[in-house]
Amino acid sequence: MHLCEPIAGLRSPGKGANRTILDCLFRTVLAGRSDLSAAAGIAGAGSLSRVTFHGVTGAVPPAADEKGLGIVTTASSADHPTRRDFLFVATGAAAAVGGVATLWPFISQMNPDASTIAAGAPIEVDLTPIAQGQDIKVFWRGKPIYIMNRTKKQVDEARAVPVASLPDPATDQSRVKEGHDQWLVVIGICTHLGCIPIAHEGNYDGFFCPCHGSQYDSSGRIRQGPAPANLAVPPYQFVSDSKIQIG
Amino acid sequence: MSGPSDFQPTNPVLKWIERRLPILGLVHSSFVAYPTPRNLNYWWTFGAILSIMLALQIVTGVILAMHYTPEATMAFKSVESIVRDVNYGWLLRNMHASGASMFFLAVYIHMFRGLYYGSYKEPREILWILGVIIYLLMMATGFMGYVLPWGQMSFWGATVITNLFSAIPYFGESIVTLLWGGYSIGNPTLNRFFSLHYLLPFVIAGVVLLHVWALHVAGQNNPAGVEPKTEKDTVPFTPYATIKDAFGVSCFMLFFAWFIFYMPNYLGDADNYIPANPGVTPAHIVPEWYYLPFYAILRSIPNKLAGVTAMFSAILVLVFLPWLDTAKTRSSRYRPLAKQFFWIFVVVCVLLGYLGAQPPEGIYVIAGRVLTFCYFAYFLILLPLLSRVETPRPLPNSIADDVLAKTGGKSAPMVSTVIMLAVAGTLVAGSVQNARAEEQEAPPSQKWSFSGPLGKFDRGSLQRGLKVYKEVCSACHSLDYIAFRNLADPGGPGYSEAQAAAFASDYKIKDGPNDQGEMFDRPGRSADYFPAAFPNEQAARAANGGALPPDLSLIAKARSYERGFPRFVFDFFTQFQEQGPNYVSAILLGFEEKPPAGVTIPEGSYYNKYFPGHSMKMPKPLSDGQVTFDDGSPATVAQYAHDVATFLMWTAEPHMEARKRLGLQVFVFLILFTGLMYFTKKKVWADAH
Repeated sequence: MHLCEPIAGLRSPGKGANRTILDCLFRTVLAGRSDLSAAAGIAGAGSLSRVTFHGVTGAVPPAADEKGLGIVTTASSADHPTRRDFLFVATGAAAAVGGVATLWPFISQMNPDASTIAAGAPIEVDLTPIAQGQDIKVFWRGKPIYIMNRTKKQVDEARAVPVASLPDPATDQSRVKEGHDQWLVVIGICTHLGCIPIAHEGNYDGFFCPCHGSQYDSSGRIRQGPAPANLAVPPYQFVSDSKIQIG
Repeated sequence: MSGPSDFQPTNPVLKWIERRLPILGLVHSSFVAYPTPRNLNYWWTFGAILSIMLALQIVTGVILAMHYTPEATMAFKSVESIVRDVNYGWLLRNMHASGASMFFLAVYIHMFRGLYYGSYKEPREILWILGVIIYLLMMATGFMGYVLPWGQMSFWGATVITNLFSAIPYFGESIVTLLWGGYSIGNPTLNRFFSLHYLLPFVIAGVVLLHVWALHVAGQNNPAGVEPKTEKDTVPFTPYATIKDAFGVSCFMLFFAWFIFYMPNYLGDADNYIPANPGVTPAHIVPEWYYLPFYAILRSIPNKLAGVTAMFSAILVLVFLPWLDTAKTRSSRYRPLAKQFFWIFVVVCVLLGYLGAQPPEGIYVIAGRVLTFCYFAYFLILLPLLSRVETPRPLPNSIADDVLAKTGGKSAPMVSTVIMLAVAGTLVAGSVQNARAEEQEAPPSQKWSFSGPLGKFDRGSLQRGLKVYKEVCSACHSLDYIAFRNLADPGGPGYSEAQAAAFASDYKIKDGPNDQGEMFDRPGRSADYFPAAFPNEQAARAANGGALPPDLSLIAKARSYERGFPRFVFDFFTQFQEQGPNYVSAILLGFEEKPPAGVTIPEGSYYNKYFPGHSMKMPKPLSDGQVTFDDGSPATVAQYAHDVATFLMWTAEPHMEARKRLGLQVFVFLILFTGLMYFTKKKVWADAH
């Protein structure tokens, strides 16, 4: 391979004279065994660059062997690491560490920014305008939240179902706050693929998702259709009997 | 890229791919086996530096576009929210903004290198012309990028540059209207500039590929200017050129990082921190430093059409360079006359840059005309003439001879040129600030806790400054970009989140509409922003004798003053960035009961020693004892001024501490890494020298 060929008349032909950073990295891989797949394992911090080199230089040994150059020489000196090798490995490792550290801001910037996080603070909702059997939709962190003032019938239906028969077993009691049994607060996002179910529709007196036909009962639990889980209950608490804080 | 590769993979998967798409062979022949002349010096690493800078500008630009809003009423605010709210937004924005300057710096060095070593001569004419095309595209891209933050300089720069086209006879006005998409610069203009600013870098990348292709067909030129003849004359690209380029890049990154982390506003203009105002032109319109020489040429010609023509010709003349300079000898190293004139030409360009930033009056105009003549004379008279009369020195037989003939110490001229260029660069950069010149006393420099590479805000001072703002300034001045939550941010006044929320709840915030469709007042929350003192601009003007009290969020970055030569040169090394707070504090202390003799101040205005023009609509706002501090700090105007200026520096740059802290870490790493790269490069090259 050209890398390992000395430039005629210019370089001493001595052992290791024509070694390069590629050879050095390559040799770390070859040291002690011929299993090239060890590359990633040994490489550690520098694995990215080394595997890449490995992909290309993996082709080298036979060619180099024929010419009696390069790789063979360097591989045989693997047992005697030199100061030069240490330098190459240190430089490669520093480059890898620096590269990875540089990547972080470029990825981190995709996360919600400070104003978005601040806007996601808890909200308070007054429940007094919601009559029995009615529901309202409020938005918290950009998500629709259903707040449903359930009728006695709806509550009874939800509690009459044997929990074990449900696709995603959960008692109605676990999905509402004690002492406020008629209030159902759920995130109105279908657990199938994110559409918004319609309240008071479907066969279970609860929610019906028009996208793919998932049906939730009056406790927001999945009963029928492709959705895998119950409608999620957001974090909330009763500030007073007629006011909740979501978030 | 220079022909079929003899690259033969043995791995069956690679073989399979290679037979169908010989991409590995292409990469191998272009960037691994590709023979490069052995005698390339560090000026040749700028090609790699430019590639990295282009990639970096594209990556940071794509990211900024994720957060930026190209809409006239929101653009300025969206840039501020990138800097304030987006994770590492300040870093990415600084990288992109200073990156543009670094890109141009590198391209100028690259071009001057081509000029010096005759890299445009046969067979590299197309290579050179592609380079000129890239440069033109860069200028267009840089200009449109500068418009996007929609500050005062953005707006008025866009106005001036687009109006260049109105010089075209007959069609000028229609072309300008076409460019604007309206009867003046406005939202449609901003929108299309954003679209084109996103597009052009990819066009540049495409032309760069052609540029590299042409380079790999013709082969690289070299300092000796003789073509490689035998294998002895070249070394394979990898590892030799790669490692050398990598070392060059890491040195350049050190320089770049100085701007990103310590001098982000050194090359910018304070006026661009004032939102675009179509009714007021800044006193001095100055383009970014990289356009200044051409701007000087434009202004030195007293005829509109001729000036515009001269400016564009100054760039286009480069296209014809291969046919203007017909000398057979490439490298100026062997052309005693051309070498001297080259350096004179460099000085002419730097001086033109300096003049571009000066007001177009008096001696500057005459000097501008002389230098414009020199600029064109170099290309149109001198180079053709030199080709005929100059006797070149004998060339070396081969590159190998050139290398062997040379002994150590050859890097000395390189070092001195770098120093010379650095001084010239700071001269031009500083002269931009120089243009802010007002014939009045500069605000005195104060001692600030946040100056220098390790500077931090004084928490007590920030808290006191906030109190002064709340009790005094906020009666007229808004603080639009600061939310109550910011008071609890790290690097800020050091309040807890609960304290910030309590502070917010003292304010009444207008919200709504409620279910009845009515607006209502509610107590402030952490996420709310400081409410403005007046509901609209008209109300603010009516209450303040016709003057608009400026928003204070950015005032410490939007105000500056002349530092003067040679101080601005030292400022680059001492990281002096405190013009804003000095100015704010000086204004607060600069009121005088009676104007000095001979100065009259209009009715309803007040004399201020440091205000440009001295006549200020704001009466002296602070007096001793007006605000009391809990921490026992003196209740004096001097103390108030210092604290408010500190507070306003924080509101202008809330992440300053994070910037300086990360800067220190980056510098420690980069210095270590560059050192490692240096020794690695030396080892790799040990056998080739």
